[in-house]
Amino acid sequence: MSHLPQTIHEARRLLRSGAMTSVELTEAYLERIVQMEPDIHAYLHVAEEQALTQARMADERMAAGQDTPLLGVPLGVKDIITVQGMPATAGSRILEGFMPPYEATVSRKLREQGAVFLGKLNTDEFAMGWSTENSAYGVTHNPWALDRVPGGSSGGPAAAVAAGEAVAALGTDTGGSVRQPASWTNTVGLRPTYGRVSRYGVIAFASSLDQVGPMTRDVRDSALLLEAIAGHDPKDSTTFPDAVPHYADMLDGGVRGMRFGLPREYFTEGMHPGVEKATREAVARLCDLGAIVEEVSLPHTDYGMPVYYLIATAEASANLSRYDGVRYGYSAQAPDLQENYKLTRGRGFGPEVKRRILLGTYALSAGYYDAYYLKAQKVRTLIRADFDAVFEKYDALVAPVAPIPPYRIGEAPTDPVSLYLLDVLTLPSALAGVPALALPAGFVEEDGAKLPVGVQFIGRPLDEATLFRIGRAFEQTNEVA
Amino acid sequence: MPKLTPEEVQHIAELAKLDLSEDEIERYASDLSAILDYAQQLQDVDTDHIHPTASVLPLRNVMRPDEARPGLEPEDALANAPESDKGYFKVHAVLEGSQ
Repeated sequence: MSHLPQTIHEARRLLRSGAMTSVELTEAYLERIVQMEPDIHAYLHVAEEQALTQARMADERMAAGQDTPLLGVPLGVKDIITVQGMPATAGSRILEGFMPPYEATVSRKLREQGAVFLGKLNTDEFAMGWSTENSAYGVTHNPWALDRVPGGSSGGPAAAVAAGEAVAALGTDTGGSVRQPASWTNTVGLRPTYGRVSRYGVIAFASSLDQVGPMTRDVRDSALLLEAIAGHDPKDSTTFPDAVPHYADMLDGGVRGMRFGLPREYFTEGMHPGVEKATREAVARLCDLGAIVEEVSLPHTDYGMPVYYLIATAEASANLSRYDGVRYGYSAQAPDLQENYKLTRGRGFGPEVKRRILLGTYALSAGYYDAYYLKAQKVRTLIRADFDAVFEKYDALVAPVAPIPPYRIGEAPTDPVSLYLLDVLTLPSALAGVPALALPAGFVEEDGAKLPVGVQFIGRPLDEATLFRIGRAFEQTNEVA
Repeated sequence: MPKLTPEEVQHIAELAKLDLSEDEIERYASDLSAILDYAQQLQDVDTDHIHPTASVLPLRNVMRPDEARPGLEPEDALANAPESDKGYFKVHAVLEGSQ
């Protein structure tokens, strides 16, 4: 299996040279999936036949002289993003057996550019979680330590990419769901600027926060994949009309003279010492590369958690009201309509989803709207203002991604507040709608296991190009280390 | 300190159309109380002259021409329905059997 290319650009080089056809590459990946899945369980659905059909079409396009960045490259897709002809469960029983009658704009774009879809990847139910433990279809195992979670909610994509079961994958990030699993699996995860990538055909969790993001082995692939999926979509009125840059042509140039802010609020109480050390070392590496790093303050950081959990759950309670047992998905088949709604939803949703629907319904309910939901929206304005203020002086922020390394399956904190605090370092940037790139930054040793630790770079709105340039410079220091 | 009673959780569950067991109601009453208690810290923030953010986008009032376009075929729209009949979604009677 050592001949399997691990990146999009390497795969394209092999395909272009004729050393391998897309069918051969896809077959090799399908074989790898069969071999790895008993240990990893990243996939909820493997689309063998469709993948080989797409691969054959890609080979024909190559034979006809086409040469585009994703042509013939096998990718995986988080099972909250619809793909024509493949089931979409969002990790929920309530969507068991659901076959979407259309597909997401991001899937259509990748299909048109000749990518091959290997299948659908595990997620916490409706992307609500940190570990894939909230998936109704079983937990995904971290390829670096099989008894540990891969992170979440995009744990399936992260594990598949880390285990070499897909060249790259698409995840979604609502409050950190691309970046945290990337940091726990030694992979690269980008949360694009809110509005950079279409959400059409992506099963909605919190509409003012959800973004699709690339999950890859390196920064060049992240740039290639973002360019492929980004851009205005008439079917999503929240997409920016701005032209999409050729990100992969803008990776070089380094970070000499760039100014970085290190937010002091991101070194939280209870942070694992190995995470803090990896972040400090990342700062030292940036300085060695000629960057200027200064401590900054984002004073409303600590409010990110309550603001997020009020706004995201309020939006989720509205978005998930569509699961009514009438139009699609699971139905309890109770004889009375009201009873059927309640039984369908009570049985179809898992515990974390129900907890969030209840919290969001409460935050929006008469008498509490001003105190919770409206208040959270106002504090959200202040959180965004924190970022706007630091970006007047700094090109980007450098920060840890998750306060702890991946935990053992079944050993998550049991009280909801401690659990929700696991997201505390990725929530403020999500609320502000700014882009952030998570990259491998080293490992911590725990009980003999080598556990990945990531670092994130947070940038100005629509300035993913700067994040990729920083990321490329930074990942080269990993290659040396 | 907000403390949600099981009766309040039952009321919210009713609004959200969720059938919950007694155990679930007890657990969610305690979980939601803890989260709302933590969220109390938002009341410390002075937001007197701050506008709420519903969307971080600078875009406003995105328009498109009002043109008829093809939509889903009825059979595709009904393909996932638990029950359908003569091109319609089938539901149980709305006016009888419910308050």
